[in-house]
Amino acid sequence: MNNRLNIAKTYKLYIDGKFVRSESGRFEALQINEDSVVVNICRASRKDFRNAVSSSRKAVDGWWARTAYNRSQILYRIAETMDGRKEQFLEELQCCGMKTKAAEKEFETAVDRFVYYAGWADKFQQLFSTVNPVSSSHFNFSLPENQGVIAIMAPISSPLTGLVSLIAPAICAGNTVVCLTSGNASLAGITLAEALHASDVPAGVVNLLTGIESELAPHFASHLDVNGIVYGGSDSHISKQIEVDAAENLKRVKIFLNGDWSDEAIHSPYDILQHCEIKTTWHPIGT
Amino acid sequence: MNSHILNFYTTPIVDEIGVKERVARLNSRSVKKQSKMAALHLALSMIDLTTLEGMDTPGKVIQLCQKAKYLHAPFSDLPMVAAICVYPTLVKTAKQELEGTAIAVASVATGFPSGQTDLQSRLAEITYAIEEGADEVDMVISRGKFLAGEYESVFEEIARAKEICGKVHLKVILETAELTTLDQVRRASEIAISAGADFIKTSTGKAKTGATQPVTLVMLETIRDHHLKTGEKIGMKPAGGISDSKTAIRYLVMVKETLGVEWLTPKLFRFGASSLANDVLMQIAKQKGGAYQSADYFSKG
Amino acid sequence: MVDLKDFTENYAPAPEGVEHVKLKDSYHLFINGEFQKPTSGKTMTTINPATEEKLAEVAFADEQDVNAAVKSARDAYTNIWSKLPQKERGKYIYRIARAIQERSREFAIIESLDGGKPIRESRDVDIPLAAAHFFYNAGWADKLEYAFPGRKANALGVAGQIIPWNFPLLMAAWKIAPALACGNTVVLKPAETTPLTALKLAELFQDIDLPPGVVNIVTGDGSTGSNLVSHPDVNKVAFTGSTAVGKSIKKTLAGTSKRYTLELGGKAAHIIFEDAALDQAVEGIVNGIFFNQGHVCCAGSRLYVQEGIQDELLAKLKSRMESLIIGDPLDKNTDIGAINSKNQLDKIQELTFSGKDQGGEIYQSDSCSLPEKGYWFHPTLITNVSQSHRVVQEEIFGPVLAIQSFRTVEEAIEKANNTPYGLSGGVWTDKGAKLFKITKKIRAGVMWANTFNKFDPASPFGGYKESGVGREGGLHGLYPYVELI
Repeated sequence: MNNRLNIAKTYKLYIDGKFVRSESGRFEALQINEDSVVVNICRASRKDFRNAVSSSRKAVDGWWARTAYNRSQILYRIAETMDGRKEQFLEELQCCGMKTKAAEKEFETAVDRFVYYAGWADKFQQLFSTVNPVSSSHFNFSLPENQGVIAIMAPISSPLTGLVSLIAPAICAGNTVVCLTSGNASLAGITLAEALHASDVPAGVVNLLTGIESELAPHFASHLDVNGIVYGGSDSHISKQIEVDAAENLKRVKIFLNGDWSDEAIHSPYDILQHCEIKTTWHPIGT
Repeated sequence: MNSHILNFYTTPIVDEIGVKERVARLNSRSVKKQSKMAALHLALSMIDLTTLEGMDTPGKVIQLCQKAKYLHAPFSDLPMVAAICVYPTLVKTAKQELEGTAIAVASVATGFPSGQTDLQSRLAEITYAIEEGADEVDMVISRGKFLAGEYESVFEEIARAKEICGKVHLKVILETAELTTLDQVRRASEIAISAGADFIKTSTGKAKTGATQPVTLVMLETIRDHHLKTGEKIGMKPAGGISDSKTAIRYLVMVKETLGVEWLTPKLFRFGASSLANDVLMQIAKQKGGAYQSADYFSKG
Repeated sequence: MVDLKDFTENYAPAPEGVEHVKLKDSYHLFINGEFQKPTSGKTMTTINPATEEKLAEVAFADEQDVNAAVKSARDAYTNIWSKLPQKERGKYIYRIARAIQERSREFAIIESLDGGKPIRESRDVDIPLAAAHFFYNAGWADKLEYAFPGRKANALGVAGQIIPWNFPLLMAAWKIAPALACGNTVVLKPAETTPLTALKLAELFQDIDLPPGVVNIVTGDGSTGSNLVSHPDVNKVAFTGSTAVGKSIKKTLAGTSKRYTLELGGKAAHIIFEDAALDQAVEGIVNGIFFNQGHVCCAGSRLYVQEGIQDELLAKLKSRMESLIIGDPLDKNTDIGAINSKNQLDKIQELTFSGKDQGGEIYQSDSCSLPEKGYWFHPTLITNVSQSHRVVQEEIFGPVLAIQSFRTVEEAIEKANNTPYGLSGGVWTDKGAKLFKITKKIRAGVMWANTFNKFDPASPFGGYKESGVGREGGLHGLYPYVELI
């Protein structure tokens, strides 16, 4: 018998590059295995969300101003860092009831997805840019720009791949994000935040909250300083209400009800384009 | 003379495409009926009837002067053209032929058309033209010096010319086709105006292209800006290639909408042209009689 | 005796002849290739805003009529349009383009009669661009496989399209052309005050034998549009109009799988640096705010002038305004026509007066007197205002320009972005690096650098933020009309 007492991990929110407890002091107790081991995770409040949005807003210009090459390297770095924490991720995925094989697949797909989007970070612009042959003496071109702050509600069904599939294209496009993970999916989510923290991702580019979807959805959808919202959950009532609330400042809305996140066909550069605005610029050609 | 502190390296920027768009918009003005008739008469009164050929003779100049005096016998209410424009050696002939009329005699000078000789000879030519009786002098600038960035030197040759001219009207020909950009046209216009030009003129008629609307608009805008700053009124003379009434009216619209009514007078606006007069006359006849005209019924100059 | 004042003072009237224009007394709904009476028998009157005279009676489409139009579009989609080879679809669209060109004069006159815009603009901008949109999109019909790398583009089905009154035929073309090119069929709802050119377009569709039901046109008011948006068999909604209506449409569509594009309001910043080509900038400003009486969602309605040149620029602008001719939209020399409706005039007046109440200084050129009948508003500058004034924040949609100064690049960018809108923006400077910094930093879908208010079918158009969702025009304008699989 080993007499050494285990050190349990404290799961916190990840806001503005720091691991903090919910300002509300609330927590949620998760039962993570059959032995009734309980983990307390933070139950984020609307104020935590507000703080996270402030952080993302503050970070967005800097993130967008970086070179695409640099964003690409940081995305790749995330994959590297995740890979080094494989054991922990697998353990936490199994807490969600995943079998070993399934957990491995979930983890590997998630890491590969960061590698995939790392590769796109300095290429999708070329795919979606156009030089437009206008009928006057003007040079006219269109290219994708970021949208700003994207709020993401991640699926519980796919704790890591689902979360990564939503975060990666959004930050690849130069946006900053505030994500919510819920229930047992929160564990892998927070560990992802730790990997991000160790991967040169600037503070505020990804903020990660743990909490209850139904409680936070109205705030995610109605915040006027959020430019886009992605719902990856499974509740069609929530998703519909998100669409209604998001109309107030015309957030860009993307709903993935019950998406199959392991499907390779689900990800493509068009997912990056979802998080872009197209800007067209005119300039005279003359002397 | 060298004490002026004007800086011609920082003249205002001109955007070519914007100028062309403005010209296109001005060209969409529809000048019809009594407005057209008025514009045609105005155009006629602003013409400097011009002959500037190596083969010009006193006989040719006399013919041109007679055309100026008797534009079109059947119409009695026509205005006179503004001036006759000739080489210096033919000034005396023109002056004699036009004695007793209000038609001025303009002489080109300063090594027209290229200006490529020494300044003393060029200035002496002005003195000669004035002695021969010229009322107006159309000088050319040294485009070579201008393009080499010797703006002070261009300023000085104009200022010296104006000194010699005194009260004789000095028109400064920029030869805009050789300046190549509208920025340069703007700069050359500013140099000419600040050096004392009474008129600025686009072209000699000897380069690849003569007056164009974009060039003229930029020159008009320079004149307007100078007027806003100083209250002085500088004249404008597009020359070369303006041969039909429709184009002439478009120029007048540009003047009207850029400088205003005050500039719509031969004192401040001229057309340097050889064949425009007859086209204007034919249009006037068409307006009066309703029928399209034939050149056979209009005397050649 | 010739009086020179006939030219030097004013141009003689140059009215566009209207003799050959054929307008009927009343127009029915265009459903399934035929003009059909509205089931309710209700009609609306469309007037000439320059004279307040009635032009025609136009049918009012209620829910039943909209249902019939959507059914017609669905049938045409299922039975005809989706079965047609792509290149044949393209040929129909080319035919439309050509037919518009052939009838351009008639379209231009009717556009000016019904909407109040100067004939110079309807003749030189609206109608040629409308034809160009059909021409541009026609060619895409059989080339969609090259537009979306790695994906196949499928049509969506029935598109419900609602267009505004500021560019009636042009907006119809913007919407119909890409929809048809991508294989969809259409139900179009023109604006209440300007239905006539869309109905003439319907006549043109008949003449070129466009298969019945491929495009249906239902006239009416907001309720007609609302019925179209909420119709369960519509797959795609395209709306151009106010931000408020756009938001309510988005709410209506919540929970459905309908796709949507929204082209909404704007309050564009127009920034003039001291190193700009000033005379051309003045033209850009005039074109930016007085084009189409300022009834332009991308109008440059907030002018920011660098402090050092403010006086000079304003003097030039005011002098330029002296030569603007306001009056009869059908006169070829008119620069500024009639305000589109009484409602719009009231709104412009109310907002302009609010500017005055809040301490703004109003400048209006008195070069032209306004006609007695009809709806008119002088081109207006408002100075001595700040970001907090309503005239700086709210879209006026009229010929009213709010002017402020700035000192630094950063200040210009900050003020430009200080708005919930993000449709367009303008910047004038001779320095390339500065220019690209500004065009990159301003959060707007269309940036005009050393130019303003340019449009082209090859050029994507659409807004950031509350100015809309999606793009129209160019390759990017195809996305909203396809499903990528």
